[in-house]
Amino acid sequence: MNFLIPLCNAMPGAVAQGVVWGIMAIGVYITYRILDVADLTVDGSLATGGAVCVMLIRSGLNPWLALLCAMAAGMLAGFVTGLFHTRCGIPAILSGILTQLALYSVNLRIMESKANQAIGVDKYDLLVSQRYVRAMTLDNPLPLLLVLTAAVIWVLYWFFGTEKGSAIRATGANANMARAQGIDTNANVVLGLMISNGLVALSGALLAQYQGSADVNMGRGGIVIGLAAVIIGEVVFGKLFVNFGLKLLAVSAGAVIYYIVLQIVLQLGLNTNDLKLITALIVALALAVPYWKGKVFHAKAAKKGAKENA
Amino acid sequence: MLELQHISKTFNPGTVNAKTALRDLSLTLHEGDFVTVIGGNGAGKSTMLNAVAGTFMVDEGKILIDGTDVTHLPEHKRAALIGRVFQDPMMGTAPTMQIEENLALAARRGQRRGLKWGVTNAEREEYHEKLKTLGLGLEDRMTAKVGLLSGGQRQALTLLMASLKRPKLLLLDEHTAALDPTTAAKVLELSDRIVEENGLTAMMITHNMTDAIRHGNRLIMMNEGKIILDIAGEEKKKLTKKDLLERFAALAGVQEETDAVLLS
Repeated sequence: MNFLIPLCNAMPGAVAQGVVWGIMAIGVYITYRILDVADLTVDGSLATGGAVCVMLIRSGLNPWLALLCAMAAGMLAGFVTGLFHTRCGIPAILSGILTQLALYSVNLRIMESKANQAIGVDKYDLLVSQRYVRAMTLDNPLPLLLVLTAAVIWVLYWFFGTEKGSAIRATGANANMARAQGIDTNANVVLGLMISNGLVALSGALLAQYQGSADVNMGRGGIVIGLAAVIIGEVVFGKLFVNFGLKLLAVSAGAVIYYIVLQIVLQLGLNTNDLKLITALIVALALAVPYWKGKVFHAKAAKKGAKENA
Repeated sequence: MLELQHISKTFNPGTVNAKTALRDLSLTLHEGDFVTVIGGNGAGKSTMLNAVAGTFMVDEGKILIDGTDVTHLPEHKRAALIGRVFQDPMMGTAPTMQIEENLALAARRGQRRGLKWGVTNAEREEYHEKLKTLGLGLEDRMTAKVGLLSGGQRQALTLLMASLKRPKLLLLDEHTAALDPTTAAKVLELSDRIVEENGLTAMMITHNMTDAIRHGNRLIMMNEGKIILDIAGEEKKKLTKKDLLERFAALAGVQEETDAVLLS
């Protein structure tokens, strides 16, 4: 009981955090799975989203408009990475790292040279706040977060079914084929990176409101958490969810599972300083398993072949 | 229909790996020409096709398709005029997308892609009928991922995609080389049919001399980035494999035995 009660108390918070990060993970899914690019911009653009949102709300802007502005800022970051990659011939990973590094300075500028900018729920009219996560009132952030996630999935489902969205998918699936069918693959890579980083920034904006502050380091390791969510979603729901919309839902659910597991591990007495190490190891393992599976299969087949030949 | 005027291309210029793949090459294709292209390895056959498709820009010369100068147009813009099937069956289709989605992508070649739905119901019916003509049963698997298809099925699908929106020019780059003989023969037959039914202008590279003689109305032979032989009409119809080998030896100025191996 000493273990279970605090765990149950912590659950709503873990779920809410998972849902917020789920939007970010959907952004990662778009680059990692659809465009076949590992985009490291997200570590920076998450904080950009948070910074823009917090500073605009502090200046008195409507929080919904602040969310939209944060998304636009994220899309701009994706645009820059896209230009580095397609117009300057810089490898995708390095392009993302460059933008991410540059964003650290940009984010500090946005936050008026402070590493942290608070935004109290008492002073400002925030959309979501950690304070009410266990409240049974309309202030509870969970319903709004779930509605937002559903809206994001619905819009993406529609978009990737259109001619334009299909062109992005073809670009990621086979760039040669896409060009042969008259698709401007460079433009589509840029567009995909913009959409992805727009979502990541939206997630960052929500996260900043939820935790009551924007921090210049809030996105550190974000790509790994995003990948963890994508992989957990695929492992748990991969066989069940074939439809594209459901696949996105699985990614969001993956992020929730990640935060629930994290909460359990923390309750078991793990040192919080070790968190990133453990996350990195889990993601490395999840990425390695399919590769190992292939190797074992190959070794077995080779062994079998050798026996038959003998 | 297609005009290549004195095109040249050198890869890795100014380095020890410099390789001149096309040398002052000129060629004119007329409407309805079906040209087979032969030549040894490194003769520049694929380079010529890729130059036309815009995979790279040529160093010198001009390329005109149906009177339009495309010399400086990027690959995806030229695609409006060109249908292509590649040597590697993996290259012509998107493996993680459905058969009907692949066809729908091809049907919009050269068009602006907007926010309309990617595959319409009317299209599905059209694709169902067209897939039926392939005789591979693909019409019943239209929502299957293309990655599940065999090499031959993928090449047949790619051929259909290349001709779905009638191209000014069809480029076939050894598109049967990776297939087993029976499948290769089927895909070749299908290529003939599609070229004929749509009255297409086409260029087909092959390593098989018999195929080069049997298909098309014109045959060109390449060596060291140049066209060294161009036979059309009645003369081509009477051509035999032995003639070709002898002429190749004489023109390229090399030993017959070694190149017979290269060409067959």
